[in-house]
Order: sequence, then C-alpha cells, then structure tokens
Amino acid sequence: MALKLRSVVFFIGLLTCSVLAAETLHEERSLYRDITVTQEGDRRCLVFNVHRGDRNQTCMNTVSPERLVFEYAKMTFAGLLLNPNPQKILIAGLGGGSLPSTLAKLYPDAEIDVVEIDQAVVNVAKQYFSFEETENVKVTVNDARVFVKRASLLDQRYDFVILDAFTGDYIPEHLLTEEFLEEVRAIMSPDGVLVANTFSTSRFYDHESVTYQKVFGEFFNFKLPSSGNRIIIARDAPLPPRGELAGVARSLAPSVEKFGVPLLEYPSRLSTRVDWDMSRRALTDQYSPSNLLRDN
Amino acid sequence: MNSKQARRPSNLGPQSIPSLLVISAAFVSGFCIMTIEMLGARIMAPYFGGSLSVWGSILTVFMLALACGYLIGGKLSARQPSLFNYAFFFLAAAALSLPIIFFADEIMRPIFLAIEDPRYGSLLASLFLYFLPTTILGMISPYSVRLLVENSDHSGQKAGLLFFVSTIGSAAGTLGTSFYLVLWFEVNEIVFGTAGALALIGAVLMVAGIRRGQVDGA
Repeated sequence: MALKLRSVVFFIGLLTCSVLAAETLHEERSLYRDITVTQEGDRRCLVFNVHRGDRNQTCMNTVSPERLVFEYAKMTFAGLLLNPNPQKILIAGLGGGSLPSTLAKLYPDAEIDVVEIDQAVVNVAKQYFSFEETENVKVTVNDARVFVKRASLLDQRYDFVILDAFTGDYIPEHLLTEEFLEEVRAIMSPDGVLVANTFSTSRFYDHESVTYQKVFGEFFNFKLPSSGNRIIIARDAPLPPRGELAGVARSLAPSVEKFGVPLLEYPSRLSTRVDWDMSRRALTDQYSPSNLLRDN
Repeated sequence: MNSKQARRPSNLGPQSIPSLLVISAAFVSGFCIMTIEMLGARIMAPYFGGSLSVWGSILTVFMLALACGYLIGGKLSARQPSLFNYAFFFLAAAALSLPIIFFADEIMRPIFLAIEDPRYGSLLASLFLYFLPTTILGMISPYSVRLLVENSDHSGQKAGLLFFVSTIGSAAGTLGTSFYLVLWFEVNEIVFGTAGALALIGAVLMVAGIRRGQVDGA
C-alpha cells in the first residue's frame, strides 16, 4: 500500500515536473508541420510535430545564446577543417537559425544564403531564436532543390554548403538523390565543402552512403557516440590528409571555442572507412523511397 | 434512345458486351490514374520542389482533366458507342502517357527557366505532362457506364457499380504505388507498366470488339 502510494506520488510529481519544466511559448500549425517553441530553464527549443514525439529541432541557451546546444550543430563545424575561410555559404534548412547565426558571427564578411521551405519557421526563428536577416545573411523561402537549380543557372558558387533539411521523422526524398547531389556539386567552388546533417538508421544509411560515394567519391563520415546524428563531409577534390586537418583545427579552434565547438577533438573522428553495404542501390530521382527504406 | 441507336439494333444488346471486361477495364483505368498522379509529385520535384503547392498543381490539373474527360466521354458515348472506341481510349491514354517517360525533362526544363515561381511553373508543367492522358482516362468512366447500361431502370445501379470499381481501382493504385511500387521499381518503370497495362486492356477490348463485328464500318 505504502509502495503504491509512493509510486502515485512519484508519478504525480513527475507529471508536475514535466509540465513545469517545459513551458510552451508558442504553438503553430504551419503548411508543413506543427511548430512548438518550448522553454525549459535556460533552454529554449524548437520542436516539430511534438505530438508524434519528435525530438527537438534546435535548442538555444537563452542565458548564453552564443553557445551551441546540440552536438550535431557543433559537428557541422568540422566541415570548416576542409575550408577554414568560406566567403559564400549556403544553408538548406533554417531550423532555429543557430547555424547561420553562428557562421555570421564567425565570418562577418561572408555572404550567407539560407533556403527554408516553411515561412513559419523563418518567423519563429526571428521571433524566438534571435535569428536576424542582415546585409550578408539572406533567407529565401523556397524548396532547396529549386534554389540550388536556380543558383546553378545564375552561376553561383558556394565555398560551404550545409544540408540540414531532414527533420526527425521525414526525409525530403528529392534532396537525397544522385541528381540533387550533382546539382549541389555544380554550385560548389573548386575547394568548396558540403556538410550534410543526417541520421544513421541501418538500411537507409547504406543507400545514403552509396549515393554520396557515387557523386563525391571518398568522403568523411563523422559520428560521435554522444549523438545519434551522422555528419557527411564531402568535397569535389580529393580529401586532404588528416594531418593537415589537425593543423587547421589548431588554428581555428580558438575562434570557435566560444560557440562551444570542441574542434580539436574532431580531426581524429573523421573517418573514411566504408562501414556500409556497398551493394545497396544509389538513390536517384527515379528511385528514392528514402522514407520507406528508413522504416524497413 | 435515339435514331442512331435504332439504326444499329445489334450494337449494344444485352449479351453483346461482356460486363466483366468493362468492369475490369474501369478498375485498371482507375488504378492508372492514381498511379500517375502519385508519381506526378515525384517527377516534378527535381524542378519545382516538394512544396504543398506542387501537390496543389498536380491535383488541380488532374481534376480539370477528369472533368473534361467526363464531359467528352459522356458526349461520345451518345454516338454509336462501341468497344472499338472504348479500346481506342485505352490505347490513346497509353500513348499519351509516354511523354511522361521520354520528354519529362524537355517539358519541365524550359518551364523552369521561364517561370520563377514554382507554383505556376508546376501548374504549367502538370498541364503539359498530365492533362491529355488524364482527360482520356476520364473519358473512360461515362463511356463504361454507357456500355454496361442495358436499360434506363438500371442505369443508376450500373453507374454506381462502375464508380465503385474504378474508385476501388484508384484506391489500390494510390496505395500500391506509394507503399510498394516506388520501393520495387524506378519511376519510369512504373509509368511504363501503367502504359503497358492500359495498352493491354486496349488490345483485349479491340479483339473483343472485332469478334463482335463492332468495328466501325465493318
């Protein structure tokens, strides 16, 4: 009886905690998803499709907003090891805007284009995550595929391209095909780097890896035990030797330290080892059932 | 019903049209409409993206095409309805689906270059890619009703049966395509299969029509 009572009390306590802990600042149903902004202590998060149990999309520490909260956001900066001084940056997928905001601080002179499909996400990023459009940071509300195709018509070249358009539960299938990656490659400058934030689910992982390999050849695979994310770092030119990366890390680390990026730890984590089934089929515009593959 | 009917008394007698054939044909056409529609978004995504408006364009064009098809098919069914004409619809729909395979890029690229807004770009591209085959597929529905109806007492019942069958076909086409076919085949292979199925039905209907001596002018 006492045990029962105690567990009831515990349960009620737990409920109260979770209610108190995450205060909802904003809720909105956009054209593409349910958007929720929550605040839990110092941590403010953007959550997509909260009712389906999605994880946080982006979080910001409201006390020290400079510091990146998520591991995957920090991991993205490993791409800079291959090109430490990008002048033109493209980011597909805004989220809370932590990546463009941080890159804008790191490279105040760089031109940063962000393409985001959902106007509501742009509004929320501005209102709740202190994201700002400036002279150098511009957001286009469009599909990334369309944006990249147009950029290539206009002969744009980017030194750093970040693909961050996958949410926890849905892959835009036309953004993970051989043809799309070829289009991305076409708008990359000769020493341009592509960083793709994705996840590591088994069968899908194989198809995704084979697709990237087909377009870029060998690429860096970046995973950390502390994160379920997987970062792909690719470029057109052959990959630099790892020793070179360590040198770049040493010179760049001090400037990214205030964002909470432990850059010095990254070079040894970048792997070129093929840990996927190479016999899997590459994803193309003709064959791209990514979401089905992911669930299988 | 009218004087033309009277001139061809053997045209659509109770025994002349095998209803199972017409019903199967209606099922296949319903299936194929939705298969093409489901793939429509996939085919256009490389040029116009995956935004909601692209789906809007596709659905709009399909609805308009079906509306036109119903009107034209109904009109044609009043004039010497025959299995031969019916078969021709299937063959035409099959033929008009082929540009989706062979000229999709040629059709979409200039539209992409000319129109910046993906909403109108996708609308125009949908029109060029899907309007004609879908119109023809829409013509099949009222024409099927005409072929099955023997007397006006049963016309509602036959129409109901056909709508039932073709809509079940559409449901099967939607589910089959989005759940399984895209996992097993390439987009173009599926469109090819669709065109092949339509052509096959057309050929069977043609043979059936010829057997019954219903070929116009025969």
